[in-house]
Amino acid sequence: MKIGVYICECGSNIAGTIDTEKVARSAEPLPKVSVSRVYRYACSEPGQNLITNDIEELGLDRIIVAACSPSMHEPTFRAVLKERGLNPYLLEMVNIREQCSWVHSDKKQATEKAISLLTAAVLRNALQQPLTPKKVGVTNNALVIGGGIAGIQAALDLAEVGYKTYLVEKTPSIGGKMAQLDKTFPTLDCSACILSPKMVDVGRHPNITLLANSEVVEVEGFVGNFKVKIKKKATYVDPVKCTLCDECVPVCPVIIHDEYNENLSPRRAIYIPFPQAVPATYIIEEETCLGIDPLICAKCRDVCGPEAIDFDMKPEIIEEEFGAIVVATGYEAYPIENIGEYGYGSIHNVISGLEFERILSASGPTDGVVRRPSDGKVPKTVVFIHCAGSRDPAKHLPYCSKVCCMYSTKHALQYRHLVHDGTAVNFYIDIRTAGKDYEEFYQRAAEEDGVIYIKGKVSEILEDGDQLLIRGVNTLTSETVEMHADLVVLANGMMPSEGTKKIASMLKLPVDSTGFIREAHPKLKPVDTVISGVFLAGTASGPKDIPETVAHASGAASRASTILAQKELEIDATIANVNEMLCRGCGMCVDSCPYSAIELEAKNSFGHTIKVAVVNEALCKGCGTCSATCLNGAIGHLGYTDNQILAQIKALSQK
Amino acid sequence: MSYEYIKFGKEEREFREKIEEISGENVFSCYQCGKCSAGCMFSDKMDRTVNQQIHRIQMGQKEKVLAANTHWICASCLTCSVRCPRDIDVAAIMEAIREYILREEPEKIIVSELPKEVLERLPNIALVGNFRKMTG
Ligand SMILES: Cc1cc2nc3c(=O)[nH]c(=O)nc-3n(C[C@H](O)[C@H](O)[C@H](O)COP(=O)(O)OP(=O)(O)OC[C@H]3O[C@@H](n4cnc5c(N)ncnc54)[C@H](O)[C@@H]3O)c2cc1C
Ligand code: SF4
Ligand code: SF4
Ligand code: SF4
Ligand code: SF4
Repeated sequence: MKIGVYICECGSNIAGTIDTEKVARSAEPLPKVSVSRVYRYACSEPGQNLITNDIEELGLDRIIVAACSPSMHEPTFRAVLKERGLNPYLLEMVNIREQCSWVHSDKKQATEKAISLLTAAVLRNALQQPLTPKKVGVTNNALVIGGGIAGIQAALDLAEVGYKTYLVEKTPSIGGKMAQLDKTFPTLDCSACILSPKMVDVGRHPNITLLANSEVVEVEGFVGNFKVKIKKKATYVDPVKCTLCDECVPVCPVIIHDEYNENLSPRRAIYIPFPQAVPATYIIEEETCLGIDPLICAKCRDVCGPEAIDFDMKPEIIEEEFGAIVVATGYEAYPIENIGEYGYGSIHNVISGLEFERILSASGPTDGVVRRPSDGKVPKTVVFIHCAGSRDPAKHLPYCSKVCCMYSTKHALQYRHLVHDGTAVNFYIDIRTAGKDYEEFYQRAAEEDGVIYIKGKVSEILEDGDQLLIRGVNTLTSETVEMHADLVVLANGMMPSEGTKKIASMLKLPVDSTGFIREAHPKLKPVDTVISGVFLAGTASGPKDIPETVAHASGAASRASTILAQKELEIDATIANVNEMLCRGCGMCVDSCPYSAIELEAKNSFGHTIKVAVVNEALCKGCGTCSATCLNGAIGHLGYTDNQILAQIKALSQK
Repeated sequence: MSYEYIKFGKEEREFREKIEEISGENVFSCYQCGKCSAGCMFSDKMDRTVNQQIHRIQMGQKEKVLAANTHWICASCLTCSVRCPRDIDVAAIMEAIREYILREEPEKIIVSELPKEVLERLPNIALVGNFRKMTG
């Protein structure tokens, strides 16, 4: 056995705080070490060549690289071993950057720590064994969860490549929030006009199975082989027979709020969510219909000419297998009633951004005339308040929601276009216009449309006759200010939707402290999750505008294709393994595994049936929780065996 | 606690539009970066910075604008106009404020009330100078 040790300086990242020469010298006398060298950038081509040459010339068979985190460069150096015919699992990495040089300032102590870590690694490396990764087959179907613009884009891209794609949408129509928007910044093109062709494409695409009114209820399996159960609610209207004649609607006695119009107008229990809905069909809402029972009420069924209404329709459970999953479950607007001083919920004329979208829309509750909710009057002064909930870590959302400066500017500008003698005032903290043509859009709102921007927060909104009294500050003039307005629009921040939270917990996807699903790497893996085979599209992972959402979704589709295009996948070999002789079938490991990768199976042992734990190699992430739990020491870890860890501990405890 | 009451009515609009008319500039082009005040050699002598004056014109706050000494301290050196990233002729706006005040001021000399003997001795140019104030 011949071990080669390589200490990386990482420019000054490591060498600035650690005496790398001293570390290299410390390894030389250790058992089995043939060579110990320092190099400026071990990951560079010459750095890798140095290792390659040593393997050939000195006959090394094991390699230790003391450098950055293995999550960065373990694959790089494993490839070097593999190329030279060595087993890649005979590489050991020591993290002397993130765990040493970056977190310490005392050079002497940091050097001592690096030496201890390296010594431990040498002792462990000598005990490492060659491992062979397993292979699993791949199902070439894709599942997209959530049918907003993100899910629509991802499904269309996957279907175009040729993969059979299921698009599961919780509500009766795809479209998401974008279907509720009137016009979109920075071009002011009509949201429905650019969205509906894509929605129609989804409905028609031969490779897409659209399941609206449906939710994923169970996900099992692993990358390439997810087994998914989807529940499709009954809609009580046959979409094939329904001719969209609208005869049923006026006869329905149930009148409730229309959520598409943000509850600003009524609808019936039988309805179509909006004219361009896909699938294009009326449905009966089970929760509000008087009973889905002809004995109670069947007024709609009686008038339906094509006999599309079927009270006997039942929910279905659909079971399918998928190779990859795209999560596109979107966002929700921040509940602005939480901001007590703005009075949303108790003051009629304080409304949300989405409500204003509907008020601006020609198909909205006011037919596109800007009217305020309390008395239907056209407001002469409208105040737009930015950061309603955002950028307030003490009480609300800590982050910037990214789209609201732009949509408040859009709202003010659209209002000025519709009410020529009206005054639009935006209260803001900072104006954030980071997107192509966004700054120009903001400047146009001020310059051409006279939108007034006041830098400062609003402290309270009070009712004063039929007007609103707004108090706040103008930090540019250092004055507290007050003014009257007829309508206030709050720019709600974005937060993860209930559906996003639900799917994250079902798929065991880690979330940020804010509840958005965490990317596998914030910069380099923005559409991957830590669960292989599960990808992110759109606002489920954080605030995004439409262009960014669409690009993200296409990225997710492309990343999913890298799995769907394979016949089989290699699975990392550092996973748990059970010593059947020691296992007594207690099942503690089964309960402890966060990835549900262990099951108890009946086995025949010398004529007796015994239960033993069996690890699903594809599901196991190699986290080690089970090994730590097993009282019998029966479940171990390939690549991290007890004797290897003990050797490390022994080295570290000898000072 | 007292609040400065702000409104955006006729008076405010007329004041802003007059300044815009005299200066030929769109005050809403200003996004309050402060570059003008940052480079003005006399900012420390002004009781309101140049950008604050412009912001107040945006808001139509005539009294506050006129009460400041900013436009009187301004030497019309044009540094601000050259530097403004939004290409606003800031010095022209300072000039417009001065013009606005002069135009609003009551006439110091009413020609028709000047005694004949004074009129006869007065050079023509002095009379022209007095009339000019009322033009534009
Ligand atoms: C007032 C306002 C104005 C805006 N204006 C603009 C603009 O002008 N320009 C612009 O670029 N952006 C604008 N935006 C931002 C824009 O709305 C988003 O970028 C975009 O809608 C994000 O799309 P998405 O698909 O990620 O999420 P969503 O639109 O939220 O779609 C998510 C979908 O998933 C479904 N779903 C959720 N959970 C589940 C589940 N568990 N199972 C199945 N389905 C589920 C939902 O029902 C929904 O259909 C605005 C936002 C607001 C609030
Ligand atoms: S059964 Fe009656 S209540 Fe239910 S949708 Fe039809 S008309 Fe409405
Ligand atoms: S985008 Fe603008 S309004 Fe929205 S949170 Fe960020 S700074 Fe506030
Ligand atoms: S430099 Fe121009 S844009 Fe900046 S504050 Fe002065 S006038 Fe406004
Ligand atoms: S022109 Fe006037 S305001 Fe502008 S920089 Fe010169 S002195 Fe200052």
